[in-house]
Amino acid sequence: MKQILFSLLMVSGITFAARAQSEQYQQAMTQQVGLLDSASTFTPAGIQQAANTFERIAEAEKTQWLPYYYAAYCRVNEAFFTQDKGKVDEIADKALVNIEKAAALKGKDSEISCILSMIASARIGVDPMTRGMKYGMESGQHLEEAKRMNPENPRVYMLEGQSLLYTPEAFGGSKTKAKEKFEESLKKFAAEKPADKITPHWGEAYTKMLISQIK
Amino acid sequence: MLKLFSTLIIFISIPLLLQAQSVISGRVTDAKKRPLAGVNISIKGSYDGATSAKDGTFSFSSTANGERIITVSLSGYQTLEIKAELGTAQQFNLVLKETVNELKMVTISAGSFEASDEKKNTVLKPLDIVTTAGANADIVSALKTLPGAQQVGEKEGLFVRGGTGYETQTFIDGMMVRNAFFSGMPDFAARGRFSPFLFKGTTFSSGGYSAQYGQGLSSALVLESTDLPERSSYSLGIGSVGPSVGVDILTKDKKKAYGFEADYFNLSPYYKIMKQKQEPTIAPQGTNGSANYRLKTSKTGMLKVFVTGSYQRFGFEGESLEYPGFKEAFELESYNIYTNINYKENLGKGWRMNLGTSYSTNRDRIFMDTINKVPAPTRIKARQDLSQVRLMLTKGLGRFSVLRIGSEYQYGDERSRFNTFDANYVDSYAAGFAEADVYFTPRFVGRFGTRYEYTSVISRSNIAPRASLAYKLDDKSQVAFAYGEFYQKPEQQYLRFTHDLGFMRATHYIASYQRLAQFHTLRAEVFYKKYHDLLKTTPDYNNNGTGYAKGVELFWRDRKSIKNADYWISYSFLDTKRDYLNYPYEVQPDFAAKHTATLVYKHYIPSTQLNLGATYSFATGRPYYNPNRPESEFLKDRTRNLNTLSVNVNYLTSIGKAFTVFVFTMTNVLGNDQEYGFRYSSDKLRRNMVGPMAPRFFYLGMFMSFGIDRRQEQIDRQ
Repeated sequence: MKQILFSLLMVSGITFAARAQSEQYQQAMTQQVGLLDSASTFTPAGIQQAANTFERIAEAEKTQWLPYYYAAYCRVNEAFFTQDKGKVDEIADKALVNIEKAAALKGKDSEISCILSMIASARIGVDPMTRGMKYGMESGQHLEEAKRMNPENPRVYMLEGQSLLYTPEAFGGSKTKAKEKFEESLKKFAAEKPADKITPHWGEAYTKMLISQIK
Repeated sequence: MLKLFSTLIIFISIPLLLQAQSVISGRVTDAKKRPLAGVNISIKGSYDGATSAKDGTFSFSSTANGERIITVSLSGYQTLEIKAELGTAQQFNLVLKETVNELKMVTISAGSFEASDEKKNTVLKPLDIVTTAGANADIVSALKTLPGAQQVGEKEGLFVRGGTGYETQTFIDGMMVRNAFFSGMPDFAARGRFSPFLFKGTTFSSGGYSAQYGQGLSSALVLESTDLPERSSYSLGIGSVGPSVGVDILTKDKKKAYGFEADYFNLSPYYKIMKQKQEPTIAPQGTNGSANYRLKTSKTGMLKVFVTGSYQRFGFEGESLEYPGFKEAFELESYNIYTNINYKENLGKGWRMNLGTSYSTNRDRIFMDTINKVPAPTRIKARQDLSQVRLMLTKGLGRFSVLRIGSEYQYGDERSRFNTFDANYVDSYAAGFAEADVYFTPRFVGRFGTRYEYTSVISRSNIAPRASLAYKLDDKSQVAFAYGEFYQKPEQQYLRFTHDLGFMRATHYIASYQRLAQFHTLRAEVFYKKYHDLLKTTPDYNNNGTGYAKGVELFWRDRKSIKNADYWISYSFLDTKRDYLNYPYEVQPDFAAKHTATLVYKHYIPSTQLNLGATYSFATGRPYYNPNRPESEFLKDRTRNLNTLSVNVNYLTSIGKAFTVFVFTMTNVLGNDQEYGFRYSSDKLRRNMVGPMAPRFFYLGMFMSFGIDRRQEQIDRQ
């Protein structure tokens, strides 16, 4: 009897610990993803800290794709923020490692393709004159893929618009076309219903900011 | 029951009881004790961790205890893992080592200017070459804006550090090119044969180059052909010299690409507007076509096939120097075919193979006559064929070091007929080389190589050792040294008449300093070159010629100080003398200028989408031969200094779906007199100035591309 009870108790203790673990995951992720909704996180140091935290969660969990996804998202933003062009590629490489781990767990996904597109775009910044064509194309191809997998993903249109906005007109950029994309993106944001708080849903405030920049 | 309950409580609380907190803190620095911010410190397998602050410090509390692994990571540094016994408060002083990436590694730099998109630590990009004003998309003209090259306008080729144009060899994918330039007429430099857009990498070595290459006493121009394109594209162009069309198809699986390019040129309309120094009897006209096929044979294998052919003809009539009142006629017709097949693949165990073969043939028919004057006209037929095969094996040694071994075989067939007189010869040339790049540390590299050559036409062989060292002083700057022996057989025009000659030889010593920052490049180089066994034509053909060249060169490039602008300045000081051909003694040769300087400026105006470029070249006067002087004053006269300004303007726009660029270029805008030298009549009474065919050359064109933005390529296409 005692033995049975003992083993029962052990089991319940373990499940308790496991549930604590998954609660810990939900809680930590909700908190960290929540931070991404605030603009104050988007400083070079702030985004690096967020990336570090997501990487810790990802490496502790090992089976969840979202922490890897968010780690990649923060890293690629870090690559955009960094002032030292010599570091862009290394940071982008780190983002790539994370998103590949996310893809290995999740499979092909519209959100993952968006990040891949952003990584290619970040690399353009190192030397736009010589890299613009190669990585611009790579970035565009990932976005096409992302759109194919989920045409309702607002981030796809936001990224398309962003690329049109920052590409010189001589190379196919256009502010008016960018604005159309942003408007489309905002419509999709309005319709977007994330399953929970940690499902990727970022970008609406940023899109509004970009649209306000276009005179 | 109560007892049971209490046990239950205890059991359920076990996980909670374990949650005793301890504080883990410390500081992270790099190897030089500088604090590192943004470092991710974590306990493996837990959420606990922190990011280091600006001063490198961090602190966090954790419930983890027992032996755990702490991971410390930051982009650009090697991740550190340490074992630690947790459970009590602990202080850690952590040191991260930088990762060695390409940018931090030292490179072999003495004597070489490399333009590559793939490598990060190069001074130039391929685009820099094609957007240089005045270069008109000619690789060699663009390279003349770099230190070490002379501004020689009357002969084609790169005259480097006191060497003649013959002393520079061109290589495509490792294989020598026999006719790298179009056939031209005497005293007028012809264009390079190959478009810069065929190549992903260009290395211009002004000395001390690798043992992979031979038969260039002074310099090697090493071109590496492009791989698969990013996507399919089609292009159309129309310019003041003629139309062009191009197609480049990338298959769906992205493993194959094939394409062709063709253009037709005819300068007759242009000559109607722009008067030339001589009267064109046949306006320069012709056509060029090329086709390529590239196949990714495996993950690591690549096969490239490239074929190009061209046909051109022209004729000019000018005043005869020898017979005043009479006209001299010169007509030329020329065919050329160049093919190149290259295959690269990994062989396993770290070995990589590079196998190439190439065949080229060039045929010129020349007609020269003093009209209505005896003697009869001269008719020249010349043909040069070169077939070759080359194999190179490379193997990585350790983390960075590389071993290269290889051999090549060339079979050259040189024929020429002057009226009824034939002068032909064939030459079998074989060479082998071995070379290693040894990284003693990531910041200190040595390249040691040697090359063996045998050439049948003069039945001679040679062994040429080469060595380079480079040491990186800090993240941006490095010093480098190079030494090498370089051999070359005498020029074809002498080998036609005698095979009783030896190799000519040059010894190079180079010391260089280079600082490569994000927006600035500074290079300074000093060199000393000794010539031995140069070819003499007096009293008869022999190898008794000698010479030397020494000098200082500076290169400064700045892409930041002026908004939307990029400029570079080259300066070369050259002190050279040689005794060769029919020279009576060692003297500064007629192709060498003491001071040469070039300013290349490029400006982009985003609001109007205009690219503006200007190139200003200056060179002090060069010696010329005046037969009215005694032998003691041989080559004492100097031409006037050379000053020339070239500009280009490109306007980028889109017409419908086509990316379009309008191009305008003009050489010698200010119309400065270009004096390259003088020719004297045999009675020494009259002389002609050697100079360009017209004071200025301009080009106007429009180029459209569909699918891929190739406008940038078209900038300066002429």
